[in-house]
Amino acid sequence: MLRPGRTRELLIALFLLGALVFAPPLLLIFNKATRFLGIPALYFYLFAVWAALIALVALAVERRHADDDEAGPEMPSREHGQVTGGPTDA
Amino acid sequence: MLSGPVIITVALLYLCLLFAIAYYGDKRADQGRSLIANPTIYALSIAVYCTSWTFYGSVGRAASTGVDFLPIYLGPTLTFIVAWFVIRKIIRISKVNRTTSIADFIASRYGKSFALGGLVTIIAVVGILPYISLQLKAISTSFSVLLHYPEIVMPSTSSTVFLHDTGLYVALIMALFAILFGTRHIDASEQHEGMVAAIAFESVVKLVAFLAVGLFVTFGLYGGFGEIFAQAEASGALRRLFTIDGVAAHTSWITLTLLAMGAIVVLPRQFQVLVVENVDERHLRKAMWLFPLYLLLINIFVLPIAFAGLLLFPGGGVDADTFVLAVPMKEQQPMLALIAFIGGLSAATGMIIVETIALATMVCNDLVMPLLLRVGRLHLSDRRDLASILLMIRRATIILVVLLGYAYVRLIGESYALVTIGLVSFAAAMQFVPAIVGAIYWKGATKAGALAGLTGGFLVWIYTLLLPSFARSGWISQSFVEDGPLGVALLKPYALFGLEGLDPISHATIWTMLVNGGLLVGVSLMTSQSVIERSQAVQFVDIFKRTAEAARVWRGRATIGDLRQLLGRFIGEARANAAFARFERESQRDLHDRGPADSDIVSYSERQLAGAIGAASARIMVASVLREEMHDIDQVMQILDEASQLVVYSRQLEQKSRELEAATTELRAANERLKELDKLKDDFVATVSHEVRTPLTSIRSFSEILRDNPDLDQEQRQEFVSIIVQESERLSRLINDILDLAKMEAGTSEWHMADLAPRAVIEQALAATAGLFAKAHHISLETRIAADLPPIRADADRLTQVIVNLISNAVKFCAQKDGRIELEAWQDAGFLRVDVKDNGIGIAKADQQRIFERFQQAGNILTDKPQGTGLGLPISRQILQRFGGDIWVESELGKGATFSFRVPLSRSAAEGAVTFEREVAVD
Repeated sequence: MLRPGRTRELLIALFLLGALVFAPPLLLIFNKATRFLGIPALYFYLFAVWAALIALVALAVERRHADDDEAGPEMPSREHGQVTGGPTDA
Repeated sequence: MLSGPVIITVALLYLCLLFAIAYYGDKRADQGRSLIANPTIYALSIAVYCTSWTFYGSVGRAASTGVDFLPIYLGPTLTFIVAWFVIRKIIRISKVNRTTSIADFIASRYGKSFALGGLVTIIAVVGILPYISLQLKAISTSFSVLLHYPEIVMPSTSSTVFLHDTGLYVALIMALFAILFGTRHIDASEQHEGMVAAIAFESVVKLVAFLAVGLFVTFGLYGGFGEIFAQAEASGALRRLFTIDGVAAHTSWITLTLLAMGAIVVLPRQFQVLVVENVDERHLRKAMWLFPLYLLLINIFVLPIAFAGLLLFPGGGVDADTFVLAVPMKEQQPMLALIAFIGGLSAATGMIIVETIALATMVCNDLVMPLLLRVGRLHLSDRRDLASILLMIRRATIILVVLLGYAYVRLIGESYALVTIGLVSFAAAMQFVPAIVGAIYWKGATKAGALAGLTGGFLVWIYTLLLPSFARSGWISQSFVEDGPLGVALLKPYALFGLEGLDPISHATIWTMLVNGGLLVGVSLMTSQSVIERSQAVQFVDIFKRTAEAARVWRGRATIGDLRQLLGRFIGEARANAAFARFERESQRDLHDRGPADSDIVSYSERQLAGAIGAASARIMVASVLREEMHDIDQVMQILDEASQLVVYSRQLEQKSRELEAATTELRAANERLKELDKLKDDFVATVSHEVRTPLTSIRSFSEILRDNPDLDQEQRQEFVSIIVQESERLSRLINDILDLAKMEAGTSEWHMADLAPRAVIEQALAATAGLFAKAHHISLETRIAADLPPIRADADRLTQVIVNLISNAVKFCAQKDGRIELEAWQDAGFLRVDVKDNGIGIAKADQQRIFERFQQAGNILTDKPQGTGLGLPISRQILQRFGGDIWVESELGKGATFSFRVPLSRSAAEGAVTFEREVAVD
């Protein structure tokens, strides 16, 4: 689904997305006193987006991790996340 | 069933369990089978972020302002998305620098500054105190609420007698636990594995407890989320909590998110568990999603519990901060209430333990010890058992901090809700954020900038948050908050410079960040870094670029061959081999180049090397081969200092060689000049010989004719003799001229300088040349001498010589028919200017410079008969230069020539003229 080696970009994109969806302008769309599935719209929105964001982060970091594991025992040089294991350096 | 002794027993049993876990954790660590080398434990330990403030306070805030509590957890979620870049960088830097606290981190980055470390420590202690007091308050409040089961009675601590206040005992027990967990022994890495294990366990307990209450309320009391919210909506009044409204609420939302984004890293306890206690930075990967998930889970039931509380206690007689306890109590669930109490207790204890340990480490390492070590009288640096002193300081700090926290809650805390107190601390911790961001991303951030930023931000924090809280508790007049200090409305601490309409926390955050960040950037741009600052800055910012190698370096093992090679590099291969052979003999061992280097051979090599390059350098060199971490950054700094001295030295050398080069250039130029002069001298001699030989030859030949022909007739004899006389005169004139010029050039001729009247000099010269005109009847002379010429400063004879020279030249080269010579003298801008003009053959442009050089005459020297000695003009020039004047010629071939010279007027005359002009001007 995602090209490998893009974890870094993906995480930064998710961060920006999170900063955007949790901030007032977008938040205000759901800032209504109505309920969705019995839950106030704002609450539902926040928790749903939050959960989705966490799931995406987990997917992003653990997907690469799983690849590493499949590749057999880690090379020593990967111990510090320097090479391909995990997101690349800042 | 919930009597005091039961609750206390359960609480103490729980604490004992904690201690057992911590003890087990430490034991496993000692055995090398770490309990916490596990990403899940790491993520759970980070959840120490959720304190009793989360456990009780979130519900309280939700009950009053709805979803407003959530930014405190969304912020960390955002930060953790980029944790792999930001937090891992901090972890890596801290591991390399052996950082033990956030104060250490900041101090280390800005040049190992003691002042900065101390400042951060003070801010941390002052800022975090309210937070600790909040935990104490939560424990004692929840205890008293639970104590009254089945009634629900709100405690009123203000009436409690000091010694009967549970808060005090809670505080003391907490201090005891913190001491037991955190200061059992001094560890170089400041890691407390047992404590981390206990904290992770506490995180599980508080989550389970909160989820238990939440599930009971949501699905036991009500038929799920929908029903609670439906009832809330039906009640009407609670509908307002479904939304956030108003600019203030939106600003608050954003600032709370930002505060929490920073706090998750820079709160001392978060820094402790995230960075200092981290055993493997790969653990961060799982924590990146597991910790936010924890936050999500612990918050899911906050709103249902809050609404249930509001629905169950509509009168408002129950503090919303105690809903987590009060709701189960109201529903006759003592077991659940006890679980909730334990959950709250775990949340509070976890925070207090980690926070006080972190603060104690800071106070000890960055404030007290540096001070003690500076007091020379104590001779602390000579003592061997510093560990016991360290432990003592830390224990004392823990007790002090906890008691101060207790004092704060007694004096001030009553007037605040839990969340507000916590946020005051968040805002204080936020002051570290600019310095940290500058530390890891901006090499240009300077120590002065960090100091200014932290100080400024902290002072604004005191003014906008701490002082008003004192006002609330009655220490300062309430008018300080309402009307501003001394009635100056612009300085109202909650509406500084007219920034109104915000809640105090947002207001303070905006101002502190503005001042803090502004000063950090501004002062950094205006100041410069010391050597150590710069090297630390580079190390911090470029940590990943450098440790790609260093990481490999750490794990690698050196071989004996490496050491031999290293030694050979510095002392020569033969001596290195000899040294190793000696070691083999002495220790009766066989050394194989591929064998691993053990500590004996390492220290032996180091000693050998130290003889060559000094101990400190040897240490570094061996360490580089050993690929072990440098244990002491001071040593690196020492090397750096030496290196910088070398740089200075080599700069001096460069400077010297530049100077040498300049001197060489000068020498070369002088040499060129000498060569030229030498050539000139040769030319001169050659020319002189030529000039002298010509008359000599004719004198000699005519003399020989006279000697060999005695029968020459009288007339002819007369003619020859007169030629001989002429040529002799010419010769003596030439020799006189040469001598004259030589004297002048050597500066040995005598000068009789005096103030002269120009007209007299010119007339004298004219008289001297009258004979010439008597012979040459075809030449007319016209003189125009300006009237009242001011005196000049010159030597009369010499000046006469110049004028005679010019006139006789003019006569020589004048037109054969109707020759006209004009002599003109006038005053020209402080000089006497004399022009001698003839209408003769003129001088070609190319010759106009040459004629002022010795023996150079216009025209072809070989074909034309010389018309003079060729020294007249050079001599004239010498004379005039001596007087401070000059000489030049203007001419065109065939149209005559004008020789001009000028001589400065005598100074007194010039001054007189100026004075005269002035007087005229005044009149």
